[in-house]
Order: sequence, then structure tokens, then C-alpha cells
Amino acid sequence: MSRETSELTCIVCPVGCRLRATVEDGQLVEVQGNSCKRGATYALDELCAPKRTVTSTVRVEGGFLPLVPVRTREPIPKDKIGQVLFDIARVEVKAPVRIHQVVAADVAGTGIDVIASRSMSRVNASHAE
Amino acid sequence: MQLKRLAADVVIIGAGVVGTGIARELARYDLRVVLVEKRADVAFGTTKANTALVHAGYDAEPGTWKARLNVRGNALYPKVCGELGVSHKNTGSLVVALSEEQAAHLHELKERGEANGVPGLEVIPRERVLAIEPGVNADVVAALWAPTGGITSPWELAIAYAENAVANGVELLLSSPVIGIDMSEGRVASVRCPGVVIDTKFVVNAAGIWADDIERMVGRDDFEITPRRGEYYLFDKRVGHLVSRPLFPVPSQSTKGIVVAPTVDGNLIAGPNALLVGDKGDLATTAAGLAEVIEGARRLVPGLPVRESITNFAGLRAVAVPAGDFVIGLSPGVPNFVNAAGIQSPGLTAAPAIAEAVRDILADAGLELVEKPDFNPVRERPMRFSELGRDEQSALIEGNPLWGHIICRCETVTEAEIVEALHRPVPCTTLDGVKFRTRAGAGRCQGGFCGPRVVDIIHRELGIDPEQVTKKGGRSYILSGPSKDPIQRQATCCCSAETGGADEHKIEMRECEEVGGHAHGRV
Amino acid sequence: MAAMRTVECDVAVVGAGPAGLAAAARAKQCGAGRVILMDRDRELGGILNQCIHNGFGLQLLSQELTGPEYAEHFINEARDAGVETLLDTMVLEVTQGRRIVAVNRTEGLMQIDAKAVILAMGARERSRGGVIIPGMRPAGVFTAGAAQRFVNMEGYMPGKRVVVLGSGDIGLIMARRLTWEGAKVEAVLEILPFPSGLTRNIVQCLNDQGIPLYLSHTVVDIHGEERVEGVTVAQVDANLRPIPGTEWDIECDTLLLSVGLIPENELTRDVGGELDPVTGGPVVTDEMETSTPGIFACGNVVHIHDLVDNVTREAWTAGEGAARLVAGQQPGGRTVRTRAGEGVRYVAPQILHVDNLASRDVRLFMRAMRPAERVQVEAVVGGEVVFSKFERVVRPAEMVVLTIPRGKVSPGRVSLDSASPDHASGGAQPELVVRITPRDCDTAAEGGMKA
Repeated sequence: MSRETSELTCIVCPVGCRLRATVEDGQLVEVQGNSCKRGATYALDELCAPKRTVTSTVRVEGGFLPLVPVRTREPIPKDKIGQVLFDIARVEVKAPVRIHQVVAADVAGTGIDVIASRSMSRVNASHAE
Repeated sequence: MQLKRLAADVVIIGAGVVGTGIARELARYDLRVVLVEKRADVAFGTTKANTALVHAGYDAEPGTWKARLNVRGNALYPKVCGELGVSHKNTGSLVVALSEEQAAHLHELKERGEANGVPGLEVIPRERVLAIEPGVNADVVAALWAPTGGITSPWELAIAYAENAVANGVELLLSSPVIGIDMSEGRVASVRCPGVVIDTKFVVNAAGIWADDIERMVGRDDFEITPRRGEYYLFDKRVGHLVSRPLFPVPSQSTKGIVVAPTVDGNLIAGPNALLVGDKGDLATTAAGLAEVIEGARRLVPGLPVRESITNFAGLRAVAVPAGDFVIGLSPGVPNFVNAAGIQSPGLTAAPAIAEAVRDILADAGLELVEKPDFNPVRERPMRFSELGRDEQSALIEGNPLWGHIICRCETVTEAEIVEALHRPVPCTTLDGVKFRTRAGAGRCQGGFCGPRVVDIIHRELGIDPEQVTKKGGRSYILSGPSKDPIQRQATCCCSAETGGADEHKIEMRECEEVGGHAHGRV
Repeated sequence: MAAMRTVECDVAVVGAGPAGLAAAARAKQCGAGRVILMDRDRELGGILNQCIHNGFGLQLLSQELTGPEYAEHFINEARDAGVETLLDTMVLEVTQGRRIVAVNRTEGLMQIDAKAVILAMGARERSRGGVIIPGMRPAGVFTAGAAQRFVNMEGYMPGKRVVVLGSGDIGLIMARRLTWEGAKVEAVLEILPFPSGLTRNIVQCLNDQGIPLYLSHTVVDIHGEERVEGVTVAQVDANLRPIPGTEWDIECDTLLLSVGLIPENELTRDVGGELDPVTGGPVVTDEMETSTPGIFACGNVVHIHDLVDNVTREAWTAGEGAARLVAGQQPGGRTVRTRAGEGVRYVAPQILHVDNLASRDVRLFMRAMRPAERVQVEAVVGGEVVFSKFERVVRPAEMVVLTIPRGKVSPGRVSLDSASPDHASGGAQPELVVRITPRDCDTAAEGGMKA
């Protein structure tokens, strides 16, 4: 019932086609300007259910560095970015940290975990990885 | 707040190269000397922003303070810098004439210089100029060769003066602006700074561009300081070899002109232009001013590559009007207030001689000078890893591993030097303070690499929180706070936020709308 | 008197960022005996440790990793290959004789004598002095990378209200990063009429956050005596000069500069290596060897990259080259000089071995002079196109890679007769010119699709 046309730039490859897409009830009705099928998929995703990978840092207790970088394991809904960031800001992990260790499970109710982007040893450990 | 009360024989206002030089001179005698400085460190005013030249002394009119003290100061430089471990190079200097008309003017300068007592002046022909300065404009007709000209490090000198003064008993109060001077029967009785009152017999006004404001505190209005701004370019050491000594254009009525000179650290400096500014805080560089500097510099050294500039900055000359000359002497009408004001060029050169002159004026005014038998004129030059040979470097590292940890890559400055600078007699608490003492941050990356590391060292050594560390004192904070705080504060205030809040609420308001105003961010 | 310890090795690598890590591992994998990798920081990974955003490794690892993840992958590889590491170690000098003098807290000064040296020191950021922004000199002016280090590794914010000068990727990434940490980014300014960074970053870093991008704008004044209080910005003309009357003020407490990277070539200059005036890095061969025999270079120290995957590829070539030298198997024979022709700003490597062209694929990296669509990227020898490929879009911000297949350029092709007619350097050395030219419209080859 609600039909909406938007302009957006595709970011799937460096070409950056300028798209004009019309969406109705969660379906892609029309897309112009794309040079490939991936652009059409991007237009649908971006207009109906845009997602982003969130990257940030969390505090580490007793670690080689005071922060460890983290990311959402998969992209999360774009409109949840703010809440994901608020939740991440309250997390503190204890060293040592293993790369890809879960630091916040099911963040902001997205069903997606936030994981560590690197390993981090304890401060004064023999060698940092 | 508890008011501290001190007693002094002399209070010196202003810890630039003039004030610190006077302090060190008076430190020879059995006196209570207090040096007060409004900024967070010594040398933070005009002393840190000038051409760093030791002039030969042919510029000033014979008979003026400028002329007399330039020549006397120049002669004192080797001894003073030797005693205090300060860089000084007697490179000689050249005034370059690019036309016959300019060349005629060289002879006037020579005569004036000789009248001032400047030794060794010689007008040399084009071929000799090009032989010793191959980078100079090929149109050069002749030049005035001044063998006593040279270069130094003005902040190094002020810091060294201050350290030697403190080591010999002078009390230094930083971050202490003079907020009032109390009089009694037409004489200065005490000097007031925040939190402290200093009862004193004499006051020396070495307050740079603020000297007229200080003077007004004793009810006098004999001169006005009109700040004249000069802009500079500093170039990478890679092109430091383009000139071997300061090159001057033929001077104009009001200014020595735009100079190209090497620095004692191996950089090249070009400047200054001259512009009267209305505001004593106006240290801004300008597009027009910087272009003027490059134009003037290129007239002397056509091959100067702007691409190799690593920074630019401005300094303010304290020009006294109507005086036109240094204002040095007892204030008319206040028998215990001595001015050392209007110290524009050749102030840096004259500084050692200004110190002597002020000492003599104080003595004539009744200050008793009894020499201290244990006065130590020597201040050891702090060791610099970059100046040592490999054997010496190795020995230092064996004694203290921090000599093996390079913090500033561009200037090869070690952690040991930075730690040492933070624990010397004159307190150093700022990034600029570390830079002027160690060279960390003065190189081509301008602190990009070493900045975070120096902040961390200051935090560790002095117990100052990283977000309290400043670039140059006051509110020049480097950082605004820990990284998770802003987003956490937004989380807690979002739930009780009202619409139309201040700017800092804008972002999270947007998020609130998008999630439909659901409660979130539970603490 | 303390004596300097001397260590001997086959390959010494200076810098343990993505370039150094890959070069060291590859050298070891290709048979070099003792490989020592050194870095001035306290851990391996170089700049990747502070690049916590994702987008790394799409080509080589088929994943969109964060910088630290990409680093950890190659750190593990280097460790597994048996590379020795020296951390917290600053290289003070490199000689033509391949003697390195380095220093750290535990060893003091040491000499490392290597059969081959690989320079991988990366780049530094252009500072305010390098772009000449007039105004006051308050605290609060940072290069984007320095701010990135504070935020991502030290845990401190540079400020609360930020203006970013430069729309290169580092500036864009930091605009988002600071917003995600609770700061307000007021604007991103770009002096050119087109963005310098990837479109993907414009969308995800600026558009997502509602941060305005002002093209053809620059900062003309900085206000504030102690701390930044605001900046004045202005539009610029076709010559990138501020247009009087277009100035307006933005209140802020922080100015981030993302105005270019400069290869760190102190050590290269020390050994007197030939530098390329356009890249700012050393002239290198297709072995990634500089003009000083036995001294190789790879990564940002040679030319500024945008995709870390290309850095790794280039580093592998350097590692292989170094290992070949150690084994006494360096290619000899004739060489061809490459040259940037029409539409190309620069090309690296600058020197190719005729034998390599015959026996393996040779990868050329270049940057387009200006954005263009539907172009042919061509390698030309003696006026003839020896290899070309079609590119739908080229942008100066995105490095173009042209891999010349093995044997495409035979030794016979590259003789002295094949010196190009438009040969600039005057000597009789053969040339391979790369150029980017508009392609004639050919609908048969297009294949555009509609949804």
C-alpha cells in the first residue's frame, strides 16, 4: 500500500552506481541505474532492512592496552546502532582476551554477538599477540 | 583561599629571556628575588616566537639603549651560553644588496655599526657572497659581512637562565599573573598575584607586551606597548643547509625585513613580516602575511621550497611608543620601580646586557649588592641522545634503559630526556614545555607520533590525568575526556531528555526517534 | 665502555605493519634462513592496530575484517613461519652496506648486518604546517590518525565538537568513530570538487550519521588562543584558492586534519636511494628492490595505498625478492623503465626485469589522474599496446592494478628500438608506458542489466 521511491548510491563495488528504487510493502518494485544484480539486491536491503557492522572498543581490565577493539559478528539493523553503542559502552572485559571471544551476547536484542577483533594478553605478560 | 605572604628584595615581573636574565644576574648577590610569570612556563611569550638571531649591532641609532646593549650583549653571548649550556653559533651574518641602490645603503650600515662599536664589518663583493652562500639570489651586488652575528635558541636561554637562577636561590612563581601592585607613599610596597602577596623593596617590569598594563598599576603612563606581529615559516632540516648564516635584506625604516636563517637545531627559518595588531592576543598567522614572508624569503633565496615547510607561527614585538627605543630605567615618579620594557629587536641579543644594566640601575637606586660566595654560574647542558656518539649512547642506556627508548622519532629524543625534563628545577608540565626542553614534537611530524606518548609520560611522572594535560597551560587541554564517557552520558540522559535540548543531545535524540522512544540504555 | 652487539641475519625487515609482516613471512617461506622483523611500537601490527573499522581483506581473505583481525592473521603467519621479532625498537640508521643500527631498552644499541633489508616503515600524516592553515595555534588541532590512536588505543577523546578537513578515508572513518563515541561532528570539508575517499565510506560514515560534506571548501582560519573555539571555512575556486566573500564560521573545539599521507623516507634518504618525486617513495624494481642493491621496500613507504590487500601483495613480492637475493638467484639482464603516460599520475614499480616479464605475471600499481568512466588501462611498449584491460570506473582515490600476464611482453619486444617516440628522459632505455584512455563506446561488450 505504501509506495516509496528513493535515490541512493550503491556501495557494493567501486563503481558506485546512482540508483533510483521504488519499494512497496517490502518488495522491490523498480530499480534504475544499477549495472548488475547485486545493485538491485543492495537497493532492496538498504531501503527495507538496512544493516551495518558496528565496530567499537570496550574497556579491558588488566590488559596490555586499556581497550580492545570489537565488532558485531554480523551486520545489525541500522536503526539499532545507537543502542548497540550504548550497550557496548557499559561492557568491560577481563584480560586475557581471545580473538573473536564474545564480549556482549545478543547485543540490543539483535540476536547478534559483539566479539573481540583481536587477542589481548594481560599487562606484563611475556608477549602480546 | 589562604593568602601566602612572601618578602622579597626584588620582584621581577615576566619570565621571558629578559626577566630570567635579570633574575640570574641578581642571583649572584645576597638578595631575595622572586620571579613571577603569568603563563604556565618560562619563555611562553615573545621569547618563543622570534627569529632567534644574535645581531651584530649595526641597525640601531648610535647612542640608543638598543645600540649600546646590542653590542654589549653580543659580546657576552659566548660566555653566557657556555656557562649555561645553551646552543649558540657564531655564524656571522650578511645583509644582501640586490641592486646598486641597495648596495650604497650597505656603507651607511657599516658606518653606523662602526659608530656603535661593532667589530669586523666589511662590504664584500658579489663573488665572495656567492662563494660562501651559493643559495643566495644570483642578482646579489654586494653584502655587508658582520662576523659577530650569529644564532641561538631563545627558549633554551630563558629556560637555562631560569634554572640557574632557581638553583642559586631565586623563587619562581609560574601561572602567577600580577593582579595588582600596592603602593605606599609613592613607592611600591607589594605585588599581588592570585593566592600570594609579595612585600618587596623593588620591582622590575619585564612583562613584555603587557609592560604598559603593569606600569599602569603603579599609576604611570609613560609608554604604551603597541604589539607588532611577525609571522614565520619553519622548514625541514632537509633544507637547513640552503643557507649557512642569517641573510638579511637591506632594512627599511621600521623593520629589519624578512630574514632567512639557519636555526641552531638545523632547520631553516624565514620571517618576520611586520603588522601592527590591535589585540595583545592576536597571534594568528594570516594568508597574506605568510605569502609576504615567502615572497621576501624567496627574494633572498630563490630556491626556497615551500613544500618543505613543517610549521608556521607568529610572535608579537613589544614596541614602546612614543619611546621607539628600549625603555630601561627607573620609572619617573616611582623610585623603586624599574622598567625593562619595549624590548623588541635586538632584545634577544641585548638580554645579557639588559640584565647588567638593570642590576646597575637597582644598585644606583639603593639596592645593596653583596656577592654570594657560593654562586654557581654554571648550568649543565642537558644531555641529548641525538648529540652523542654511539659509545656514549650505549653507556647511558646501560645506566638507565629509558635512554634506549626513542619517543620522538623525528628528532631522536629518548624517554630518559623527557623524564628528566619533567623533574628539573623549573617545573615543566605542558607539551610545549617538553618540546622546548627536549625537541620532542618539534620535528617534521609536529608531534603526530610522539604526542600521545608524551601525554602518557607526563601523566605517569607528574600524576596529572591525561585529560588535564595541556599544550601550553591554562585551558589548552589536549583531550576532552575518556572515550566511553560521552556515549554513556547520552545513554543516561536520553531517557529523561526533553525535545529541543542543547546541541550535545541532538545525536541521541535522533536515535530515540528511530527506535520509537522505547526505554533503552538501562544503567 | 659498552660495546654494540652485532647480529647477523639473512633478511632484516624495518616496520611490522601489514607490509613488514607479509614481507617477513614470505621471505622465510621462500627459504631465507634468519629473518628479523623490527618495529618501534610495543606490538606487531603497525597502523592496523588502531584501524578498528572493517573493510580489510575482502580480496585476499574473502572477508571484511577489522584492521586488528587482518593484522592478527598475518602476525600468526609470521610467527608460524619462524620470523624473529624485535619490538619497542627504533632503527636509527641503515647503511648502503645493509648494516642497521637499532636501539631498544633491553638490548641498548645493536647492529644488525643483513644480506637483504626490507624497508616497510609506512607513512606519516601531513600536519598543519604542511598545508598552511592560517590562524591561531590552539590545542585541539589533530591529524586524524593521531586522534585515532587516542580514541582507539589510549581511550581518550580529542574533543566534543569536531570539524574534519579532508574527505580521505581516515577523515571519514574518524568522523563516524567520533560520532559513535558521542562527539558531534559538525562537517567534513574537502578542497577538491570530488571526495577523496571511498563512496562506501561517504555513505556509511557521513550520510548515515547525517554529517554534511562540503566539497570545494577548506579551512581558512582557526580561532581560539588556548583551545580551538571555531574555524572559518570558505569555498574554493578551480585553482583551489579561497573565494573572498564565501567565508562562514563553524563553532567547534576540535579540528581533525586528513590531508594526506607522506611516505616515511628518512632511512631511504640516508642510503641515498633514488626517490620518485611523484610518489615521494623510492624508485623500485619489480623485485621491490630500491636503487641501493640489497635494500628492498614495500607498502606505504613506496607509495600510498588505499587497499591493504595490495600492500600485502606488494610485500610478498618484496619478501620473494629478498629471498632470491639471499639465495643468489636475483634476475639479471636488461630492464625496462615504466612511465606514467596519459591519464596516469604515477606507476610503480618503476623498473621491470625483461626476464621477469617473460617468466611470471608482473603486477603494476598506478593511480588515475582524474575520475573517469569506461576506460582502457593500457601498457604500451614502443608505441604498441602490449596489454590492456577495461575498467568501468577509475578514481584517483582507488589504486588501479594492471597485472601483465607472463610472456605478454617478450624480450624481443623490449629492445632499444622500442624506446617510445614520446620518451621523456632522453636516454636510450626502453620504456613501458601505462596510460588510461577513454574507451570507444561498444555496446556489445557492455552487458548492463536491469532488475
